[in-house]
Amino acid sequence: MDEVFKALADASRRSLLDRLHARNGQTLNDLCDGLAMTRQAVTKHLAILEQADLVTTIRQGREKLHYLNPVPIHQIGERWIKKFERGKLAALSELKRQLEKRDE
Amino acid sequence: MSKPEFVYVTYIETTAEKLWTALTDGDFTARYWFGVRLRSDWKVGSIFEMVQGDGKVSDAGKVVEYDPPRRLAYTFVNLSEEYRDDLPALATFELEPHGNLVKLTLTHAGFAEGGKMLPAISQGWPAILSSLKSMLETGQPLEIPRAALKLEG
Repeated sequence: MDEVFKALADASRRSLLDRLHARNGQTLNDLCDGLAMTRQAVTKHLAILEQADLVTTIRQGREKLHYLNPVPIHQIGERWIKKFERGKLAALSELKRQLEKRDE
Repeated sequence: MSKPEFVYVTYIETTAEKLWTALTDGDFTARYWFGVRLRSDWKVGSIFEMVQGDGKVSDAGKVVEYDPPRRLAYTFVNLSEEYRDDLPALATFELEPHGNLVKLTLTHAGFAEGGKMLPAISQGWPAILSSLKSMLETGQPLEIPRAALKLEG
């Protein structure tokens, strides 16, 4: 679990996860596209995310595709959120989402 | 083959044989999968069904691979009217023992363009896999209310 927190404690790495959340299964080139980060930096960040199991990769032909793996994040949530609070929290985050959408 | 829409990985402290049973035995799946009992004779090409607590079959498809305790694959799609534009998508489970852990990789591919299965599934698998891990490691599944995931009951 330490590795997950370390991996998440960096804005560049969170933005890479955001990009995968928006579109799963990207190559290194896709992920570098439009980012103000060198290819080397992206590679380094992806290695840390993979180490923490937040990103998983598969090979398809000659391409290596990167996927967001939300299972460790789900487990962090489960550790501290009691089962009875979950429904309420889901309702609250839905409310927040709806309200923020209206402001757009 | 098109690229998978999801690849989920979790490491579970168990044996490949126990994990295999948990993935294929309806009595086990009912404990961590929101009460869903998987039903099949697990022969390749046979029917695969998800039976809800009330006995209703919510999802159905076919067994595509059955290679215990290494590889399991089946297709399924929700049978309700709401999902009429969806096609059976392929879920593949790969089990790789690493010492006292088993790496479970789940890929899911072949969703219909613009269908409703994809968003529903993306809410479901992380919760099911966390609950499966918890059940095998502690004997207790996680009790996640369906409402929390906005899946229909």
